[in-house]
Amino acid sequence: MLELFRDANALWVLAGTTLLGISSGVLGSFAFLRKRGLMGDVLAHSALPGICLAFLFTGSKNPLWLLIGATLTGLLASLFLSWITRFSKIKEDTALGLVLSTFFGFGIVLLTQIQHSDFGNQAGLDKFLFGQSASLVGTDVVMMGSIAFILILLVSLFFKELKLLCFDANYGKSLGFPMVGLDFFLMLLLVVAVVIGLQAAGVVLMASLLITPAATARYWTERLDHMIIISACIGALSGLVGTILSSVATKLSTGPLIVLAVTILFFISMFCAPKRGLIAKWLRLIQTRQKVRQEQIYQAWNQLGTQTTTLTALSEQSNLSPAQIRRWLNQKKRGGQVVEGSPDTFTLSSTSWKEASDTALLGLYMEMWHMYEDIETDCSIQDIEQLSDLPESLRAQLQYYLQKHISEEDQAKTYHSMKKVGIEL
Amino acid sequence: MSSIWIILTGALIASSCAFLGCFLILRRMAMLGDAISHSILPGIVIAFLVSGSRDPLPMFIGAAVFGLLCTIIIQLLRNQGVQADAAMSVSFTALFSIGIILISLFTQQVDLDLDCVLYGEIAYVPYDTWTWHGIDMGPRAMWGAGAAFLLSLIIVRLFYKQFKLTSFDPALAMAIGIPVAVFHYLLMGLVSITTVASFESVGAILVVAMLIVPAATAYLLTERLGVMLGLSVLIGTLCSICGYFLSVVLDASIAGCMTMVAGGLFALAFLFSPHQGVVTRWWIRKKLRTQI
Repeated sequence: MLELFRDANALWVLAGTTLLGISSGVLGSFAFLRKRGLMGDVLAHSALPGICLAFLFTGSKNPLWLLIGATLTGLLASLFLSWITRFSKIKEDTALGLVLSTFFGFGIVLLTQIQHSDFGNQAGLDKFLFGQSASLVGTDVVMMGSIAFILILLVSLFFKELKLLCFDANYGKSLGFPMVGLDFFLMLLLVVAVVIGLQAAGVVLMASLLITPAATARYWTERLDHMIIISACIGALSGLVGTILSSVATKLSTGPLIVLAVTILFFISMFCAPKRGLIAKWLRLIQTRQKVRQEQIYQAWNQLGTQTTTLTALSEQSNLSPAQIRRWLNQKKRGGQVVEGSPDTFTLSSTSWKEASDTALLGLYMEMWHMYEDIETDCSIQDIEQLSDLPESLRAQLQYYLQKHISEEDQAKTYHSMKKVGIEL
Repeated sequence: MSSIWIILTGALIASSCAFLGCFLILRRMAMLGDAISHSILPGIVIAFLVSGSRDPLPMFIGAAVFGLLCTIIIQLLRNQGVQADAAMSVSFTALFSIGIILISLFTQQVDLDLDCVLYGEIAYVPYDTWTWHGIDMGPRAMWGAGAAFLLSLIIVRLFYKQFKLTSFDPALAMAIGIPVAVFHYLLMGLVSITTVASFESVGAILVVAMLIVPAATAYLLTERLGVMLGLSVLIGTLCSICGYFLSVVLDASIAGCMTMVAGGLFALAFLFSPHQGVVTRWWIRKKLRTQI
């Protein structure tokens, strides 16, 4: 492990993969929010014809030419993509697959032609696509690093515009921003980010590095600026971990290990993230369920009208099974709010009895609130948890409607009972 | 003779892929073919390690299991609220990486050519023949692709109504009591089997191309599902025939040329489709304007 840090070449590789993680993490966030996560896959595949064409025209394997070729075909692919979705009824996902496979097929045709004809020094062209991060040298990393730096600089300069593009493109248009131009600009940045990564990482790794850090970061925050920073950190971290692991286990190549590292981070976040994670959601669900159960039982108890009642009466009143109510009662018995007298007869303590009537009253108030739209108040219905949360003026209004409602209901009841016995009104 | 075998195999693969591709396009899951064809790699490696041979049957089973596993993971992630594109790329890139790591861990035992998995070489198809009771029955890949095509045809014919409804209006299908999830996984199973049966001979990319491009072309030409299915099979066959001759002329990969022909046919449909083509619509608008 320590040897890794003494070996200059390995350090270059480490720096390269970390930079790659940062730049694709930053740009991937935008791709993710525009629902273009599979774009990385498409751009990475469509680089193949560009690489082959650059080689055919220049006859050299100078990475700069290959990069330019790959960028050009990548841009062409993204243009085709937007044309196909704009001018026909074909949907985004079909267009993605279409462009990906056609460009790659064209690339294979070119590649096999180059191989069959006598171009000599063509070996390793396809390696450009599979990636070989172990062979990164200083100059490669310097080039990658400077391009990555320019990309991040551009993103921070145009942050506001890109944010607008991701969240509300139509609004941006109405403000007078050139949204189509901005979309193309973002595409250009994405293409460059994918292309500089290809050489080091290969097609599949770029597809993964572009979207997985962004999807992971989305679990931790609701703000775009935080999301980009977290996504960059996750990209960098997985680049680091993957490279270090592959230097420890020399048989394993770096690319797949980086993918695995970032996937593991994704799954950890999916389960453990504080607000949006699965475990947090699951806990919230249980809490809500318990709260609703308590409200149901309190309301039923209140409607029965006595502080002492039986299990069967509660069960009939609330439409809950006896077992469900028994579980709740046992929980409350431990807290001392419920006392069991003779078997299956329960007495609610006076504080809980008060709480039960409050809950029932709040339930009625809420019904009124939903029913009558002309109630004037500044507070929102979601903020009300218990009776004491209601401001005095609001409570008075709700009380007024409740009484009106009850008297109307009474009138209707009398009317029906009078009709039943045949009295004309 | 060998060119006929190649064209026939290519046509069968293209037809069976295009046929199922219609449903994928209608369900907006076109990229699934790409995901499946990448994620079967660990299945192939594991089958190879377990059986210790290059027998096609264990490999086929391993690959099909992992193809289906990939679709299940994607569906699980989507049910947990993960965005569709993210769910897809997370699962297939992870499975593909596991496959590559397995290959590099067991390099001595595994004699698999990665290039061959991705590019495939349909030109070698005629040399791998199937002998039955001493009679040479033609290329094995052709029989595999044919069997997969037949299976899809039978299953789709049996449940045509259900497949149609679950593709166009899953909510209605669920409301009238069709088990939508069962038909989803049935389709996924068929796609996995077809992908696995085809990719060995033509490579992952041609499978993706044939799943999407002919079906998308047919989608532009008609508005009826039955016609679309027939057209896509026809277009797939055409791609195979033209692609083969193009590859002879250009001296390049047959699979790549078939993809290019498919792309070219799509471009034609995109521009000149009778009702939806870009040029035809422009022409109709111009005629209307002069009339007015």
